[in-house]
Amino acid sequence: MTRAAAAILRKDLQIELRTKQSVPAMALFSVTAFVLFHFGLDRDRLDGALASGVLWVTLLLATVLAVNRLFAHEREQGGLDGLLLAPIDRTAVFVAKATALYLYLALLELVAIPAYAILLLGPSPLDQLPALLAVLALSNLGLACVGALVAALAAEARARDLLVPLLLLPLLTPVLIAAARATEPLFAVHPETGDLGKWVAVLGLYDLVFMLLSIAVFDFLLED
Amino acid sequence: MLYGKRLAPLAFTTAALFALALGLIFFYAPLEADQGFMQKIFYLHVPMAIVALCGFVAGGILAIQHLRTGERKWDVRSYVAIHLSIILGLGVLVTGSIWARASWGHWWLWDEPMLVSFLIIFLLYCCYQPLRFSIEDPERQGRYASVFAITAGAFVPVNFIAVRLAEQYTHPRVLSETGGSMPGEMRLTFLVSLVAMAFLFVTLWKIELTSKNASDQLRKLRRRLEGTAEDEGPEPVAEPVGAVN
Amino acid sequence: MRRYGERLALDGVTVAVEAGQTLGVFGSNGAGKTTLLRVLATLLRPHAGTARVLDADLPGDAWKVRGRIGYLGHEALLYRDLTARENLVFQSRLFGVERARVDEVLEQVGMQRRADEPVRNLSRGMLQRVATARAVLHDPPVLLLDEPRANLDPKAAELLEPLIGRASGRTRVLVTHDVEGGLSESDIALGLRRGRQEIAGSATVDQLRELYR
Repeated sequence: MTRAAAAILRKDLQIELRTKQSVPAMALFSVTAFVLFHFGLDRDRLDGALASGVLWVTLLLATVLAVNRLFAHEREQGGLDGLLLAPIDRTAVFVAKATALYLYLALLELVAIPAYAILLLGPSPLDQLPALLAVLALSNLGLACVGALVAALAAEARARDLLVPLLLLPLLTPVLIAAARATEPLFAVHPETGDLGKWVAVLGLYDLVFMLLSIAVFDFLLED
Repeated sequence: MLYGKRLAPLAFTTAALFALALGLIFFYAPLEADQGFMQKIFYLHVPMAIVALCGFVAGGILAIQHLRTGERKWDVRSYVAIHLSIILGLGVLVTGSIWARASWGHWWLWDEPMLVSFLIIFLLYCCYQPLRFSIEDPERQGRYASVFAITAGAFVPVNFIAVRLAEQYTHPRVLSETGGSMPGEMRLTFLVSLVAMAFLFVTLWKIELTSKNASDQLRKLRRRLEGTAEDEGPEPVAEPVGAVN
Repeated sequence: MRRYGERLALDGVTVAVEAGQTLGVFGSNGAGKTTLLRVLATLLRPHAGTARVLDADLPGDAWKVRGRIGYLGHEALLYRDLTARENLVFQSRLFGVERARVDEVLEQVGMQRRADEPVRNLSRGMLQRVATARAVLHDPPVLLLDEPRANLDPKAAELLEPLIGRASGRTRVLVTHDVEGGLSESDIALGLRRGRQEIAGSATVDQLRELYR
């Protein structure tokens, strides 16, 4: 299974590197969103809860972009049959797609967080970097698993572009809540870790439940 | 499938329980000092919420059975449970809003974790029927719907935990009333309302299943009359209104 | 038997094919030819009845035979942004086939020189050649072919003959609108009309042409 998942992942990354469709779009969207927030909120610098909220809402919306495109190559070029014909465990498709999404998010954050720090964030994110990275790592896992699941769920539906955000965003609300509350004290005027443990636990719970669930249920989405 | 059998006594019991509940609500339960008469909506609002949440989770469990056995009847049961819970959910939001307005002057309260997590869950489940309608192949429709039902069903408790934790800074008003110090009269009224609501749900569920079953049999008969082979294939559980039947 | 909503795509089709034989499937559009092929390819599940490919009963044992079926459908099943070589290497990884085989098969279809261009730049004939390469990469004993010679010029068709033609020795199910050509290379003929079989076994060209009325 891992061999097949690695092969599919590699193929996806190859295509992404060549066409550069998902990650640059996510990054561009995020920076644009920061600019919009500056004008919308009429603020030069954000800290605390406001800073946290703006960042996470932006990241979540950027995730929607990536999820919409997750199976795009399979849909557009008839590749899904190709995957279904192969003697592979179909869970490999899920693992590959979720991992790809995780990597895209990580790359996005590599660009978006420094951009955020420059444009809008008051306190420096470097102050509590390990905590911030931990929150990002855990949130990305939840986003990736649920994102891959919703991508597959909406893949065959009509009006797919509408269905993805409508399905995805409510499902990701707990991630938003936990991540935003967790980073709130990290972005405070005097950064500190606050209730980090509690929120990390919530993220962990969410990740565990949805990772197991997605793996269990994904096969049913690909059969016919 | 003999759904109709116990339907009559069930319906009667439900009606009786509801009558009892309403009687208790209006005549027995005490008038709450600071919230006044409108507080009584709480006896509808909270049971509705609890039953709806159970309905969603039940829908998820029924969906698991559907995926495990592949039998369409589980899919239909799951669909009906969820679809009834969505309607109840709307009721929860409306009654919650009325209560909030009457008691605290606002049409919406963010520090009411029940209300807030319900909003999120309701928004999520609103996608259930559009998702079903947008997939034409009936077998696939059932499978995808079950996947959704399971995912959303697992989501309900996780969401509730997250929202509860997020709003810990203000007291959850509902829970302080249901939690510890409910006086005996309130408690009795509440419990009866809860049971009545649960019975209502099950009755409506059975009614809808019976009607779906009847239209299925009709379809099978028609197909047999038209001379098509003995049919073992699936039919879509949900069809957009106006589809040829 | 395979249903699609209210419509029966395939109903009561019964046919058996021995190893090394070719089954020719004929019928007008919508007759159910592609559905039949897809069921055999394990892409679709039969709703009633049985389908057996090699030693596996579908759909339950489908996973056993996937690696031994070669499917060449209407879609090329290639990623347009990757090169022919990259596509085939990807396939080789999924099917557990050695890398060397990729070069071998590229040569067999005459695409070695253009193997490193993105597939979107290739003409339809070349696309068909690469698609054929993909279908035979894992040397499958069973081939399911849907109009395999569409878009091919005579030279290319000749080139691919040893791979997917009768000479390949593989068991084949061939769907085609070319009644004479298809019949000449089939051992058994299956004629479909609206999901039901009208002709099974041997047939004449005229009988098959009737299916198009």
